[in-house]
Amino acid sequence: MLFSLNDNHREIQELIRRVAREKVAPRAQEIDRTGDYPQDMFDLLKGLGVFALPFPVEYGGNGSILSACVAAEEFSRVCYNTCYLMICQWGPFGAILHGGNAEQKKKYLTGLATGDMRAAISVTEPQSGSDVAGIKSRAKRVPGGYQLNGSKIWCTNSQVSDFIVVAAKLGDDDSRRAINLFILEKGMKGLTIGKKEDKLGARGLPSCPLYFDNVFIPESNRLGEEGRGFKAVMEGFNGFRPVIGARAVGLAQGAIDHATEFVKNRYTWKTRVSDYQGIRWMLADMAMQTEAARLMVYRAAAMVDEGITGEEMACHAAMAKAFATDVAMKVTTDAVQLFGATGISNDAPINRYMRDAKVTQIIEGTNQIQRNIIGNAMLGRPERRS
Amino acid sequence: MKVLVPVKRVVDYNVKVRVKSDGTGVETANVKMSMNPFDEISIEEAIRLREAGIATEVIAVSCGVAACQETLRTALAIGADRAILVETDVELQPLAVAKLLKAVVDKEGPKLAIVGKQAIDDDCNQTGQMLAALLGWPQGTFANKITVEGEKLRVAREVDGGLETVILNLPAVITSDLRLNEPRYVTLPNIMKAKKKPLEIIKPDALGVDVTPRLVTLKVVEPPKRKGGLKVPDVQTLVMKLRTEAKVIE
Repeated sequence: MLFSLNDNHREIQELIRRVAREKVAPRAQEIDRTGDYPQDMFDLLKGLGVFALPFPVEYGGNGSILSACVAAEEFSRVCYNTCYLMICQWGPFGAILHGGNAEQKKKYLTGLATGDMRAAISVTEPQSGSDVAGIKSRAKRVPGGYQLNGSKIWCTNSQVSDFIVVAAKLGDDDSRRAINLFILEKGMKGLTIGKKEDKLGARGLPSCPLYFDNVFIPESNRLGEEGRGFKAVMEGFNGFRPVIGARAVGLAQGAIDHATEFVKNRYTWKTRVSDYQGIRWMLADMAMQTEAARLMVYRAAAMVDEGITGEEMACHAAMAKAFATDVAMKVTTDAVQLFGATGISNDAPINRYMRDAKVTQIIEGTNQIQRNIIGNAMLGRPERRS
Repeated sequence: MKVLVPVKRVVDYNVKVRVKSDGTGVETANVKMSMNPFDEISIEEAIRLREAGIATEVIAVSCGVAACQETLRTALAIGADRAILVETDVELQPLAVAKLLKAVVDKEGPKLAIVGKQAIDDDCNQTGQMLAALLGWPQGTFANKITVEGEKLRVAREVDGGLETVILNLPAVITSDLRLNEPRYVTLPNIMKAKKKPLEIIKPDALGVDVTPRLVTLKVVEPPKRKGGLKVPDVQTLVMKLRTEAKVIE
């Protein structure tokens, strides 16, 4: 087992690290403070051609989740929001790649790969987040397609999206099998995008509620076969989960970068803060945990690249996501502590890392849900006696 | 017209350079290496000439160890059409590089060579001028802006106090200054494409060039550490010290 990146991964790392340092880092603080969508960063990523990175070569990608993790870590290390722009593009890309038919791939993937199109995915509703089967948005068959009613919350990127992939139940069936994915295009009659949330972290990308009022969706906009598309897409996403861990690793590493710089340049009682053993041990712990998280994430990503799927993959992906994001929370909190009062100030960059880290513990399957997945792999699903 | 752009592998500009303990040079083991930033500007300028339909082919050339291939791959990823490595383990000095480049120019027949004004490792600022002299070509050094006008080249040069514009006859050598352009980042798809572009490796012998060093490095030492400043209680003392100690005012 080799624990090193190959030349190709290193080239990507080098490029992203440089762009992140030169162009992204100077903007990070402002994006977080204003919460305005960073169009300039989107244009920068578009120019770099990162929007198809994890996907097959024919779309201009690298065909490697590990390479995507490397890129995510480097961006997240300086600016979580900019990293998020890239990942927001990857979600719908993956969904259509795994669940779409030939026409849909042709219509949407090229635009997503170049960045000429933007999109979002929306599953969560006010009453159901992790409990996907609890969604209430419902589509009913009408001539030529479907009519959709219901609502969503937390749809990130929706304000700038050309289309949104929406999960809704079809017909009268209330089970998980009834869930289908539909592509809603911007401007469809009856689709309303609500006011954006004022968020703790991930502030640069708008997350908004969606309202569907008799939205007509042509049949050609259903993703995958009736009753199958949702499952196909969700299975495809298992292989994508390491990327969520990678951005947490980036947050932890970025927090260490800032904290190290801070303690090296600060003196108390005529001693450099970084020369106190207590400080050194704290930083050493932060570095250890971050490296462990990185290894788990990269290992999970390498498994995806090797073609491992199913429960084995789901379990490793869950472990990597939960561990890395928990580490990010711990490390970024300690980094704020190392900054002392400066860490409380919003003028210092460090509490941004802590706030963004908190988001990663919750999104893309809370860390409790990840532990359920791991537990299920170890013990089987919990028994339900009727 | 063909454009030749030499690129040098140097210690990355973000690295804090350390002098080797034996004083023979600077530490390059396990140090991040990158393309000399002025060469990046040169490549960018050449690509822009090609995009404007003026250059037909951009050839990147590097002289040095096998690892310079990485630097050439970067040049190819930025957009050079093909690359040549003149491979040698001998420590190359500016005159040797200029002779190798002249031999490459004789072989390839470019009409323009865009050379970085200096490399950020040795800061010599010699190779471009030496190349022009060896070729008998006109030179436009420290270029801030270049415009091709038929068989002539208009070059705005950065000189003390402003810009000086000269007109050269092609073929010519340009050395690029910091403000000639802002180089683009390579894109991921172009990194992939660069792997398939041709990279030729030749030896100095094949070019008939003797690269034996002419200069001997006696010793490399770190610059003296900056001494701490001085606080003065009032303006009078400051003026007095400027007059008596710093001797910068009368």
